[in-house]
Amino acid sequence: MEFAELIKTPRVDGVVLHRPFMPTVEGTLCLTGHHLILSSRQDTTEELWLLHANIDSTEKRFVGSLGTIIVKCKDLRVIQLDIPGMEECLNIASSIEALSTLDSVSLMYPFFYRPLFEVIEDGWQSFVPEESFKDLESMTDEWRLSEVNKDFSLCPSYPSLLTVPKDIDDESLCKAASFRHGGRFPVLSYYHKKNAMVMMRAAQPLTGTNGRRCKEDEKLINATLCAGKRGYIIDTRTIAVAQQAKARGGGFEQEANYPQWRRIHKAIERSNVLQDSLIKLVEACNDQSHSMDRWLSKLEASNWQSNVKEILTTACLAAQCIDREGASVLVHGTEGTDSTLQVTSLAQIILDPACRTIRGFEALIEREWLQAGHPFQQRCAQSAYSNGKPRSEAPVFLLFLDCVWQILRQFPCSFQFNENLLIMLFEHAYASQFGTFLGNCVAERGKLQLSQKTVSLWSWVNRPQELERFLNPLYEPNNLVIWPSVAPQSLLLWEGVFLRWNRSTKCLDEAYQEMVHIIEYNKELQNKVNSLRRQLAQLETEDSPLQTP
Amino acid sequence: MEHIRTPKVEQVKLLDRFSNKSVIGTLHLTATHLIFVESNSTSAQEIWILHHHIASVEKLSLTTSGCPLLIQCRNFRLVHFVIPRERDCHDIYSSLLRLLRPVSYDELYAFSYNPKQNDQQREEGWQLIDLAAEFERMGVPCDQWQLTDVNREYKVCETYPRDLYVPITASKPIIVGSSKFRSKGRFPVLTYFYQEKKAAVCRCSQPLSGFSARCLEDEHMLQAISKSNHNSRYIYVMDTRPKLNALANRAAGKGYENEDNYSNIRFQFVGIENIHVMRGSLQKLLEVVGTRSLSMTDYLVGLENSGWLRHIKAIMDAAIFLAKAVTVEGASVLVHCSDGWDRTAQVCALGSLLMDPYYRTIKGFMVLIEKDWISFGHKFADRCDQLDPDPKEVSPIFTQFLECVWQLTEQFPQAFEFSEWFLIQIHEHVHSCQFGNFLGNSQRQREVLQLKERTYSLWAHLLSEKQNYLNPVYSPSFAESHPVLEPSTQACHFKFWRNMYHQYDRSMHPRQSILKQVLTFKESNRELEGTVQALKTKLQKFGVSTSPLKPQTPPRDRSLPLRPQSLILGAPLLSRKEVQQEEDEEVFGEEAREDAPASTDGERTVEGSSATENGYGELTGSFGSKNEPAVVTLEFGVARMTC
Repeated sequence: MEFAELIKTPRVDGVVLHRPFMPTVEGTLCLTGHHLILSSRQDTTEELWLLHANIDSTEKRFVGSLGTIIVKCKDLRVIQLDIPGMEECLNIASSIEALSTLDSVSLMYPFFYRPLFEVIEDGWQSFVPEESFKDLESMTDEWRLSEVNKDFSLCPSYPSLLTVPKDIDDESLCKAASFRHGGRFPVLSYYHKKNAMVMMRAAQPLTGTNGRRCKEDEKLINATLCAGKRGYIIDTRTIAVAQQAKARGGGFEQEANYPQWRRIHKAIERSNVLQDSLIKLVEACNDQSHSMDRWLSKLEASNWQSNVKEILTTACLAAQCIDREGASVLVHGTEGTDSTLQVTSLAQIILDPACRTIRGFEALIEREWLQAGHPFQQRCAQSAYSNGKPRSEAPVFLLFLDCVWQILRQFPCSFQFNENLLIMLFEHAYASQFGTFLGNCVAERGKLQLSQKTVSLWSWVNRPQELERFLNPLYEPNNLVIWPSVAPQSLLLWEGVFLRWNRSTKCLDEAYQEMVHIIEYNKELQNKVNSLRRQLAQLETEDSPLQTP
Repeated sequence: MEHIRTPKVEQVKLLDRFSNKSVIGTLHLTATHLIFVESNSTSAQEIWILHHHIASVEKLSLTTSGCPLLIQCRNFRLVHFVIPRERDCHDIYSSLLRLLRPVSYDELYAFSYNPKQNDQQREEGWQLIDLAAEFERMGVPCDQWQLTDVNREYKVCETYPRDLYVPITASKPIIVGSSKFRSKGRFPVLTYFYQEKKAAVCRCSQPLSGFSARCLEDEHMLQAISKSNHNSRYIYVMDTRPKLNALANRAAGKGYENEDNYSNIRFQFVGIENIHVMRGSLQKLLEVVGTRSLSMTDYLVGLENSGWLRHIKAIMDAAIFLAKAVTVEGASVLVHCSDGWDRTAQVCALGSLLMDPYYRTIKGFMVLIEKDWISFGHKFADRCDQLDPDPKEVSPIFTQFLECVWQLTEQFPQAFEFSEWFLIQIHEHVHSCQFGNFLGNSQRQREVLQLKERTYSLWAHLLSEKQNYLNPVYSPSFAESHPVLEPSTQACHFKFWRNMYHQYDRSMHPRQSILKQVLTFKESNRELEGTVQALKTKLQKFGVSTSPLKPQTPPRDRSLPLRPQSLILGAPLLSRKEVQQEEDEEVFGEEAREDAPASTDGERTVEGSSATENGYGELTGSFGSKNEPAVVTLEFGVARMTC
């Protein structure tokens, strides 16, 4: 297919762009296969480069022959284009509509994007499972890397290499896989070095209404327990939801069959509910006419903050079981690709200082989200302005990032990265020039040949020039477990994302810069003092023989 | 001391407000404080509660472990003791009841507080803030405004200060006539002069207009204010009350200005609720946020139902209206409510702060409070329940003002010389009665009490520990680019002030504080600059010439100042290990909590960096040791040496 077919009017002059908190710009609007570009043809004024993939929805209005297109983006920004001429406006609108809803992944921009920077380290190779297994091997020899899913036939959403207990053979794994939703049998998620406890994740067991059991599954998870120890199963669903799942062939671990495990049910919402929550929240944030009461009541009705609290609480619970109770944990919900990953990844941020570095956080996202098979393409197909029929969109990853931001707010000195990194990840998960978040699982990414045909986000982020922007100047490595407060008073609305486009951040940005400056100046002074001291010491030793006589 | 029946009770249990944690310690009762000293020798936390801070004491019914005593403080601290023997509990209870209700001013702490200063120092403290100098700074007196001596003897208005500024054309008969037509005699006077446009902000109380009464002198008075400003043909009259309240007042012979009788006024209601609504609102807010295991839904619904943020926004909206009228239109504004000492003070003070960068400095903020709140007769004694309590008079009007300022600091982090810590400390002392500034209801009363001779000034005290209240990212040049602040008043930009209303609830706060961290860097920079300078001087002796250091600041005292321990600035360094344990017992789920092992991990250290490294060693050492004199801390809100 040629993009040109979709572009009826590639260029319109005299288009006026309105953006919140920025002066309006008049210029020429150009449509390319992947971008909407507005250029004022003046060197001083900024241009608009918008990926079609970033467009969530559009609206058009006419006053006389002046058409207006309101473009709502997946990064929650809303811009307005005034286009003279009805026909031009209609053409532009329909082109944008078509180009922003392309079905085929291989037509996406990452397949066409050529980096303008030199790739020093290929991000596709930065975080391979073999490497993280090496780290594990240095701590324990209880685990092995299994190739049982080599051709993705056992579990299509798992990667080809999986970390499993050493004593469990591949044959048992196959049986356990047949007992778990989507073949997602229990695998290692995290090893807590301090007390050798582990966190595993899986999908729900397929017990069904007649209480099926699977010896291999039981054996598999029991193999992670020390003698005489009990473990915890954290089911991210309420007991009622888990009960209902039985009717559809799913279910939960029966006490009788898993006597060494204690099951805890939490109440993390399912994806369609979360999508609704996001839509309501963004609507509330964008309505500027609110009275205080209306704002608070709409914020409450969106349930977003409740979702944040519930997810964070569950993650803290998992971390508490491991670090405080000294028990191993198995986490699952229904499919094991959404709430499960929120919990396991957040628990690691709480427990493991390595996950609070930039590199470690990237590795965490690679491990616990991308390789673990979170269906990014489905979940991030639409954002808060989707008005079509909901398919499987859900802000599962955004909620995870929000929770990380909450912890970052409470421990501002314990993270190597700052808020910018989280916002950047949110943007790229929804629309990007990089291939990292394309596809729904490792198998799909392999088929799309992303690592050959597209550039990895990490190749870009990990360049020193880019990293600068994401560094937290307050960072001081901290080896402790960090326990966030989950009281509602301690959890804030993530303004950096949700109020980003309806406030001017100039004052806040400048204050941040001042803080950076103070800290940098401190380093500079320290160096100066050191060098002066050295100089002085040198002079003193040179001088001393002269003084003695 | 005769009220103290049992000065000391041992084996008292202190329950944590939001978790199941508790500690055992000893309770001491002194003439001024209730003190709890934890028995555990390693951390030995101490809690000092000033009697004046106690809002209520409640004795709950006897339980198996003892007799619970619930103490609620005006600085939003809430402590829950369990005292083993009921008799002891009753003794403490009845002593406190007597101690927290002083019957005469002489019993207030300010009259016994002695920070070991001589009379001269005390006097200098009181001279720090000079309102005549402040009016001079604004450019008053000038060709249009003059000082009047009409109230020199407090004969025209008891609740106003002696020195008042009025239009040059307002003669004494006009003033006196106008004052007779205004509630409590509070006639229109100048409170802020916007020199750039010669526009004035004036304040007064409501007119006694009833349904039809008018007063020519009062009309003249407004005319005179209007005439003094050549930039505008009209003046705004802001009635800060909701229209309904103003209407209701007419039936009592009061009310608001009739636009037909006053030429060239633009009359405007701005709808701030009265003291009773505000009191109820805060009460509801505190009830909600004091709930254990609060859900997000209950929190947000409770926040909405309390109306607290709605009221904060209303005050802010009014102040912005005032600032715009003055700075953009160049019009003078007359502000009033009913008596002109609550809402009027809020709006005038906040409006001036928006217009004038000086009020955003530490000194300027003190001046602002001294002017619009203290001198113009905000009834601190009544509103803060200092003496002879009338529950109907108590209201968090001043707290709201501080909160509005805090909301502004959140939007403009570089505009203020002080941090929120300064605001919280002021709030602490408005209720502590430790200093003379806020005692009484009016200047006249303060003179009768001879406060300047018998008590100390808070401002001197705060200035002496100024470095603790600095905003590290403050930029004086911000004032040049933003002489007038234009805050957003969208509802979503107003936040719940956790650090105020939960200032004593450790578990609610971020575990690491950006403010503390950056302040430390800033202090370290100052110290390093001194070191660089000293090293260069030494090098010069060897004949080595060095380039001058870039930002020159005089070398200061090397030692970092003692940082008061504050929960807002992060949990105490000393007891980090306990904090870590304590936090586990939060809300993550009851299920997983049984038989939690006592943590004995030796490897754990203080969060962040070690105490010695970042210069907090001294503080850490001194905290909790009894022989350390005169360390004033936010935690205690009082100087220790007094006991």
